Amino acid sequence: MNIDTIKNGYVIDHIKAGQAMEIYDYLRLGDLDCSVAIIKNARSQKMGRKDIIKIDQNIPIDIDVLGYLDPNITINVIRNNEKVKKFKPDLPEKLVNVISCKNPRCITSIEQELPHICILTDPENRTYRCQYCESKVN
Amino acid sequence: MKHLIDIKDLSIEEINELICVANSIIADENSYSQMCRGKILATLFFEPSTRTRLSFESAMLRLGGQVLGFSSANSSSAAKGESVSDTIRTVSCYSDIIAMRHPKEGAPFVGSLTSTVPVINAGDGGHNHPTQTLTDLLTIHQEKGRLTNFTIGFCGDLKFGRTVHSLVTALTRYTGIKFVFISPHELTIPEYLKKEVLAKNQIAYTETTNLEDSIHDLDILYMTRVQKERFFNEDDYVRLKDYYILTKAKLEKAKTDLCIMHPLPRVNEIAVEVDSDPRACYFKQVSYGRYIRMALILKLLDLLN
Repeated sequence: MNIDTIKNGYVIDHIKAGQAMEIYDYLRLGDLDCSVAIIKNARSQKMGRKDIIKIDQNIPIDIDVLGYLDPNITINVIRNNEKVKKFKPDLPEKLVNVISCKNPRCITSIEQELPHICILTDPENRTYRCQYCESKVN
Repeated sequence: MKHLIDIKDLSIEEINELICVANSIIADENSYSQMCRGKILATLFFEPSTRTRLSFESAMLRLGGQVLGFSSANSSSAAKGESVSDTIRTVSCYSDIIAMRHPKEGAPFVGSLTSTVPVINAGDGGHNHPTQTLTDLLTIHQEKGRLTNFTIGFCGDLKFGRTVHSLVTALTRYTGIKFVFISPHELTIPEYLKKEVLAKNQIAYTETTNLEDSIHDLDILYMTRVQKERFFNEDDYVRLKDYYILTKAKLEKAKTDLCIMHPLPRVNEIAVEVDSDPRACYFKQVSYGRYIRMALILKLLDLLN
């Protein structure tokens, strides 16, 4: 498949095979009314198999989520049928409402309106901790 | 405006300043007796406490200030379902500074986000208890004359013991300190402290289950209680609560200038016969707690200059 089938939008490439639906859910792509294509198990020279998501609309993308889910993902930005930018997301320093703290002793367990904020404390091991109780969340 | 939620909120210079002020209060308490005149401390204790709440209230009263507050969640609007944020926002309209204890971890931090006055974390579940850490640091400074170059043993519940976690974290910023962690296998110091605090700062430590074999090396022995309220399973608590009991006989192998500390309350882990030993510092520690809280209140109210 070619990315030039998208006029304005994004191609999220090099998704680990089988992870596309997880990203689809995290990005809430089901809420969009534009065309969204999920290609599963596409052949890849580098990865063997990979997933790809194509979004045919210029929407704000939560890069932080992608960086957390898999920093090896490639994001291609398409404008007027042209690929204008290609980059890999960084591991974000902070995640808001992406992962929930599971610590039953955490204040977030009783105060539902609090945003779930997680801070990157160990980039080498990709460890995030709850900002409130400092429990490991991933 | 500054809050104290975690001991890491204070720089080493600020901690040293607080210890210096506390030492000055100890030397001449009368000269501080009116420094908080007209100021109100709110003590919001959503969880029962004797020592910490009374220590805060005594500290404020000794500074000439006044106190208000509640001592259990049942006697506050929390019982009606009010959020921590709303409670703190409300109480900050009535007071100049807030000391807050809550059973849920991170609650004082949440409170500090909406408060218009300084918030002091007076203990949040098994998480942080920074004023206990300041108390411990002042005790060590008073008893040893320094905060560097000693061997400290932590004994008992090192898994849920928030005082231990905070003190270990604070001490890693000082030099020449050796740590010995003495606990049953079920209550060892958490992995994150080993990896993200001790290993990250390249600090050596030893772990053992045996108090008797390691006591002779220690300059400070920090005993802790196995806390019933931290266990979901009563059987585990019963099995572990009397794992270590410090007695006079066990102290025979210890240094003559050992400093025995305990955040209190004590249950069985230190025999009453040890209280008369000159190395027992845990009741002096209670006094130091009030002095350091006096210093902290003065600092957070910006009354030190």
